[in-house]
Amino acid sequence: MFALARQLAHMGALGLNRRNAEYTLRYNPRRLYPLVDDKLRTKQLAQRAGIALPELYGVVEAEHQVRNLRDVLGQYRDFVIKPARGSGGDGILIISGRLRQMYRKINGLLIRQEELNHHVSNILSGIYSLGGQPDKALIEYRIQAHPLFDAISYQGVPDIRVIVFLGVPLMGMARLPTRISGGRANLHQGALGVGIDIVTGETLTAVWRDDIVTEHPDTGNTVTGVKVPGWASLLRLAAQCYELTGLGYQGVDIVLDKDKGPLILELNARPGLNIQLANRSGLLPRLNMVEQNRENLIGVEGRVAFAQTHFRASADISGLALGDFRWC
Amino acid sequence: MSRFHLYSLALSLTFAGLGLFFYKAFVMGFPLTPRRTSDIWNVEGRVEFVALNAPVKVSLFIPRTTRRFVIVNENFISQGYGITTTAEGGNRQAVWSVRKAEGQQSLYYQAVVRRVDTEEPRTVLRPPKIEDPGFEGPYLAAAQSLIANIRAQSADVDTMVKELIKRLNRPQPDDNAALLLGKTPSLSKKVKTAARVLAQAGISARTIHGVHLEEENRDAPLLHWLQVYEEEQWRSYDPVTGESGLPADYLPWWRGAQPLARLEGGERLNVTLSVSLKQEEAVRAAIESGRIKSPLLLEFSLFSLPVQTQAVYRILLLVPVGAFLLVISRNVIGIKTFGTFMPVLIALAFRETQLLWGIVLFTVVVALGLMVRLYFEHLKLLVVPRLASVLLVVVLLMAALSVLTHKLGLERGVSVALFPMVILTMTIERMSIVWDERGASEAFQQGLGSLIVAALAHLVMTINYVEHLAFVFPELLLVLLAGTLLLGRYYGYRLLELRRFKSLVKGTT
Repeated sequence: MFALARQLAHMGALGLNRRNAEYTLRYNPRRLYPLVDDKLRTKQLAQRAGIALPELYGVVEAEHQVRNLRDVLGQYRDFVIKPARGSGGDGILIISGRLRQMYRKINGLLIRQEELNHHVSNILSGIYSLGGQPDKALIEYRIQAHPLFDAISYQGVPDIRVIVFLGVPLMGMARLPTRISGGRANLHQGALGVGIDIVTGETLTAVWRDDIVTEHPDTGNTVTGVKVPGWASLLRLAAQCYELTGLGYQGVDIVLDKDKGPLILELNARPGLNIQLANRSGLLPRLNMVEQNRENLIGVEGRVAFAQTHFRASADISGLALGDFRWC
Repeated sequence: MSRFHLYSLALSLTFAGLGLFFYKAFVMGFPLTPRRTSDIWNVEGRVEFVALNAPVKVSLFIPRTTRRFVIVNENFISQGYGITTTAEGGNRQAVWSVRKAEGQQSLYYQAVVRRVDTEEPRTVLRPPKIEDPGFEGPYLAAAQSLIANIRAQSADVDTMVKELIKRLNRPQPDDNAALLLGKTPSLSKKVKTAARVLAQAGISARTIHGVHLEEENRDAPLLHWLQVYEEEQWRSYDPVTGESGLPADYLPWWRGAQPLARLEGGERLNVTLSVSLKQEEAVRAAIESGRIKSPLLLEFSLFSLPVQTQAVYRILLLVPVGAFLLVISRNVIGIKTFGTFMPVLIALAFRETQLLWGIVLFTVVVALGLMVRLYFEHLKLLVVPRLASVLLVVVLLMAALSVLTHKLGLERGVSVALFPMVILTMTIERMSIVWDERGASEAFQQGLGSLIVAALAHLVMTINYVEHLAFVFPELLLVLLAGTLLLGRYYGYRLLELRRFKSLVKGTT
């Protein structure tokens, strides 16, 4: 047991206690949390900073606005309605078209205007928000998933989680929906996490329910070796989020849109630790490296360049393998 | 803050705590272990009956001060009743009376009994008058024949009594004994018969009734002994074994053939006796006997508080112990629980319900509550009304469970009422949110984790020794605080994380 702990420490695996004490507690001031918990505030911040994200069509903040929903929606045929404080994908309504006075949901069912209004009223009353406080409903652009991950995901929209520390992208992971996760890209719900080499943007092995796998459990296709297009620009996008929120340690969720490229979907102030399993390497060496070179990291470009020169996936695996050998 | 600062703080807390502890234990003489046998008991007699809308008179025998036991304090709890106590023939009796009463009545006699070992010489008793046992016809013949038999097989009064007891206790008593005892005789009947036979033989004998003073018994059984007057004193015999000499923890309640209580103007009379050890008195006895010095420190200790408040602190001081275990379970082992301190509160409830029943009741209430909560989910309620509704259902469930288990004769089940219902409600709420967000398996994991930690905390918190140390030496909590502070800086892996990250190591070697 102690040997295992020593091995893990040697390869720099980050545990929950250390993440809380030395990273989230130290680098994420509590007052900044509302910036990421409320998706509307995140969006407004990002829009002001010129960061790419799904376009906001409209916001419903009060019950009386629900009556005018038809005018707000105007000519949009294709959109998503989601709660600003929702979590785990609850309360998200996806509309993919219209038929006369009706709206077509993504699963093909038609709903009437009143049903749509009712859903928005529910969101406003706080049904989907965690604390149950009154919420806002966001109407935004519906993401057209890039075909890149089509062969290795089961329904839903896959996204890419990047851990950003002091503005430096440390580690990346594609989160692929499975049948068990019900189309949602959340690892707790059974989605597949595939590590991504931060230097090349190529997928590595995957973690599924704490086990390392190389194939998608539903489609059976191998998940390794998929190259994410525009990887450098995706990393820049993630790195920009540091200035956006001021959170030192955050998880940035990015989706790849067919037409618009990488878009910020959501920010997370307490990202999980499974990304280490997907990348088969610990976060600590990279965190330490960033802390040591803190003064030299200037500008988004500089930080991304730093990440791409120092965090080669294969490099630290082989180095660690040698190290482990000595320990055992 | 630097590490040094934390370590020096922890160190000074440990020194302060341990220093005071050692001073109190070894210089002042506070007892280090809870004494199992204490000298003080609370005894209670509860008389229940249904009054018939008529004048009521109830008499109850009550204990008196003897050479071995002193009645320190007495209370009669009886609303609206007049109360008199009388002493006659070596017995004391309390008589409650009221002009008119109707319905279910409960009267209480409570006393604090202290055991003493007086060195006083026994007072020489006048030989009691032998009462006519009242045997007639065939009974008289049987008694005389029995007396002739036992007299022939014994040397003195002592051996004669033992021989009589032996004969009365045979599985198949001889014809004489069988006639006197009747069919399927109770122990009390045997003792009475023995006393009457001895009276017939010209020996003063009587029955004595009392209770066994033990740690806690809510329904203490009456124990009957036979007493024989011999060599100017009463000698006691165990009615089953024939051994002589009362045990040290036998509290005589009354003597003679009369019943414990008598009732006029009512029906369905029921008397329950209960005894409980006054634990907190173990230390008090040490204080009073002057074994603990330096009264100033005592003036400002928990022992200066009223006894009821002391009882509260006895439990409250255990909460930090449970919280410490919780810190270890969560931050070092990595067990997931609902809410931060929920398991400790559940563990406190387990004190009353006992572990197994506690776990069963907790699981049943949470499972049923969860079902209702899942149904409420469909009604799309706002959070506060939803929580209030779940709370309401939880209270109803608890009441229903109490009634159900009571009807089934499972008295322990009634104690479900002791669960903190708000905690139960929040547990149900948290569990259903986790279920929604992270799936059923995660919800069950956390539920099971909470129960395991609660059970663990309960097991540790009910160790007599732990309770004693926490209450008598609260300064030890400073040491616990030091430990908790140090754990607050434990940044290493959690035990269960090792399992989770295991594939990380496998993947690279």
